[in-house]
Amino acid sequence: MSIKKSLKVLLAGTSALASSMSFAAEEVNVYSYRQPFLIEPMMKEFTAETGVKVNILFAKKGLIERIKREGKLSTADLMLTSDFSRLTMFTEEGLAQPVDSDILNKNIPSQFHGAEKQWYALTSRARNIYSSVERVGPAPTITYQDLATPAFKGKVCMRSGKHPYNVSLLASIIAHEGEAKAKTWLEGLKANLARKPQGNDRAQVKAVKEGLCDYALTNSYYLGKMLNDPKQVAWAESVHINFPNQATTGTHVNVSGIALTKYAPNKNNAIKLMEFLSGDVAQQMYAEINYEYPVKEDVQPSKLVASWGKFKADDIKLSDIAAQHQAAIKLLDEVKFDL
Amino acid sequence: MISKSFNLYKLLPWVVTCILLSPVLAIFLSAFSVDESGSFQHLIDTVLSTYISNSLLVIVYVVLLSILFALPCAWFVACCEFPTREKLQWMLMLPLAMPPYIIAIVYTDLLDFAGPVQLTIRALFDWQPSDYYFPEVRTLFGASIILALSLFPYLYLLLRGAFLTQSAGLFQAARTLGVTPLRAFWRVSIPLSRSAMAVGISLIAMETLGDFATVNYFAVHTLTTAIYDTWLELGSLTTAAKISSLMLLAIVILISLESYSRRKQQVYQRNGSGNTELRFVLTGWQKWGVLAFTWSLLAFSLFIPITTLLYYAINYFNASLNNDLMQYTLNSLWLAFLVAILSILVALLVNFYQRLSPGLGAKSSIRLSSLGYAVPGTVVAIGVLIPLTSIDLWLNDLLLGLDLKPVGLLLSGSLVILVLGYLVRFSAIAVGSIDSNLVQVSPSLDLASRTLGNGPVKTLWRVNIPLIRKGMLTAFILVFIESMKELPAALLLRPFNFETLATYVYQFVSDEMIELAALPALMIIGLGLVPFIVVNRLLEKKT
Repeated sequence: MSIKKSLKVLLAGTSALASSMSFAAEEVNVYSYRQPFLIEPMMKEFTAETGVKVNILFAKKGLIERIKREGKLSTADLMLTSDFSRLTMFTEEGLAQPVDSDILNKNIPSQFHGAEKQWYALTSRARNIYSSVERVGPAPTITYQDLATPAFKGKVCMRSGKHPYNVSLLASIIAHEGEAKAKTWLEGLKANLARKPQGNDRAQVKAVKEGLCDYALTNSYYLGKMLNDPKQVAWAESVHINFPNQATTGTHVNVSGIALTKYAPNKNNAIKLMEFLSGDVAQQMYAEINYEYPVKEDVQPSKLVASWGKFKADDIKLSDIAAQHQAAIKLLDEVKFDL
Repeated sequence: MISKSFNLYKLLPWVVTCILLSPVLAIFLSAFSVDESGSFQHLIDTVLSTYISNSLLVIVYVVLLSILFALPCAWFVACCEFPTREKLQWMLMLPLAMPPYIIAIVYTDLLDFAGPVQLTIRALFDWQPSDYYFPEVRTLFGASIILALSLFPYLYLLLRGAFLTQSAGLFQAARTLGVTPLRAFWRVSIPLSRSAMAVGISLIAMETLGDFATVNYFAVHTLTTAIYDTWLELGSLTTAAKISSLMLLAIVILISLESYSRRKQQVYQRNGSGNTELRFVLTGWQKWGVLAFTWSLLAFSLFIPITTLLYYAINYFNASLNNDLMQYTLNSLWLAFLVAILSILVALLVNFYQRLSPGLGAKSSIRLSSLGYAVPGTVVAIGVLIPLTSIDLWLNDLLLGLDLKPVGLLLSGSLVILVLGYLVRFSAIAVGSIDSNLVQVSPSLDLASRTLGNGPVKTLWRVNIPLIRKGMLTAFILVFIESMKELPAALLLRPFNFETLATYVYQFVSDEMIELAALPALMIIGLGLVPFIVVNRLLEKKT
């Protein structure tokens, strides 16, 4: 047997082995920047309804790079993110493909998808300022800009400026007011911090409860999550939730979202899952279990979230904020925000 | 015939070295592509100097603290006699099984402003936050302590081994000359343990430099922060690769300097029986001092974190029990086992290559095969992805060209990539611990065996390997435990539907949900401890 021939046999064998390993069942593969336990209930419901198995691979960093390297061989069908900067990064890298579906068009309002429908938002959440019940009381007129004024010195707690939620907030301020003003704001905010940025959003509320600071910059849904945790309910009860900038630009809103990958091998199932996640059942679950705001207009937020009242959201285009993402990261370095 | 087999000796270590080096090389090469984003300049203008000094400070603190913890412990246990010594000598290794990201979450939970310790202080004395001083946990020094608490056993292990195997004659001579314990320590033990010290320190320094999870959790920003920021946020792999390459360069220089300074020093062990008869018997305040030091070190590195985790695991038992936990455990176990075995093979190969044909070539193959250890896990992960996805893409094109069914991501979509990633990171540990063992085996033994007509392979098999059995077992345990704990590469490289205990823990740790992380974290620790104890018992019986 010639070398060439035996090589061919070997390759054929490899090929047969690989195809025998591949799966018979219907499935869809999701790369997720969101923790599995947050999305599992919806995925289980989807599998129960359709029989399609959902495989989730979670990581906080590097999934976009992985999919980029895997190229046309990637087995990932969907990219699920917890903020839109990753969604836009994903589409800008040319890793997504547009989805035109009547169901998605009907369920998701146009401000919640990419210009060419390469991504769709599934939920939205506000970036709130929580204030101490004991030392401040409700602060309905508070603004993000207030946090940088001398009156707030030593009273503010927040997580790392580099966290996507904070980067997006800063990017929105750059988009509204320009880089120079945003820098002054960021410097003022840094000067007012009660401690170096650290911990997650819940940890900031905990610090308010313990009297370390009076204000915490935190996403909306954490209050719901904490109220449902016997260990954390006391933290949650020590704060008021305020929606900043009601008289001005409106409260900054971020989204979690989903995009179909360019080479999705299970494209039909992937679109089915996207449609399911935008539908009544899943949107209701996002609202009730995770306390996020549903993007589907006729699905109501949970009772608890509704009790916080309606608010004016910043209506700037998400793509305008995303355009300032890199500028925001660089600004954070310039003022050494986390250091 | 002879020359042919000789070539194989030379070729194989280099093939292995090249495979292990390819990810690092891939990163290194990316550093030289043109960077249009200007993000490297941006870093230099803003935060890079802070990141560099933070990285250096963390390394210096962790190394100093590790010496402070490990050196006395190793010496007390090896050269002194006091109650509980036999228990301590293996228990002091156990903190290795503690993942630093778990110790970190435990201590921030305990010592945080709103944690139980400070709450108790405030309640006890009726103090307000401003009434008392309490050291911040989330500082550079705090992170260094946590890293040192979980890394010092490396040094302890190597030093204890060195102290035990040091020529009994020298120690006896010192005792006969009537030196005090302290003097024997400085004049005999320390100089003879230099090789172990050097290996231990460089392992710890590399592990510290590559750490992201712990420093990030403590809000300390180091060069790894810069890598992640530039690469994942600013989208510049080039800049990230530049920083990684600088880190690598620093490590290479450090290691070369160290081995250069040691080039004339040859210390061989002639008698492996150790100096058990000659231990200093400690009494009075010396005894109590040693007991207090060793046991409180264990309390902080082992008992307190485990107790805290147990508390949460029990209180949240039902919430954290998961049907798949058994599967994750099995995954972690066999993966760690496989990687440990493979890395021992790698280590034997490159170490014996050096022994058989010493010289610059062999030395470089040892150094090069260990480089991956200093690279942060996520960077290794991408480094491994680059060559393997290229091979996969090429293979698929080839199959399509031959009208065969394409195989998809045969290497990069399977566990092959994960195993390779682990090997790139952890072979250094096996190479180091076998190296430090092998250099103590006198070459005259090899010569004797060769004179008696044994070939090089037979000599290795019959003479050397039995003598470095301990080193091999140590290498096995260390790599096994590192693989059990490994997080960043596993997160990024694992295929669909494959979770290890560490990746499972991470989804809770990443949200600071210690209560749900506790049970699986305890399983990582527990499974790391078991082989430790078993192998250690075996070792103790044989000596």
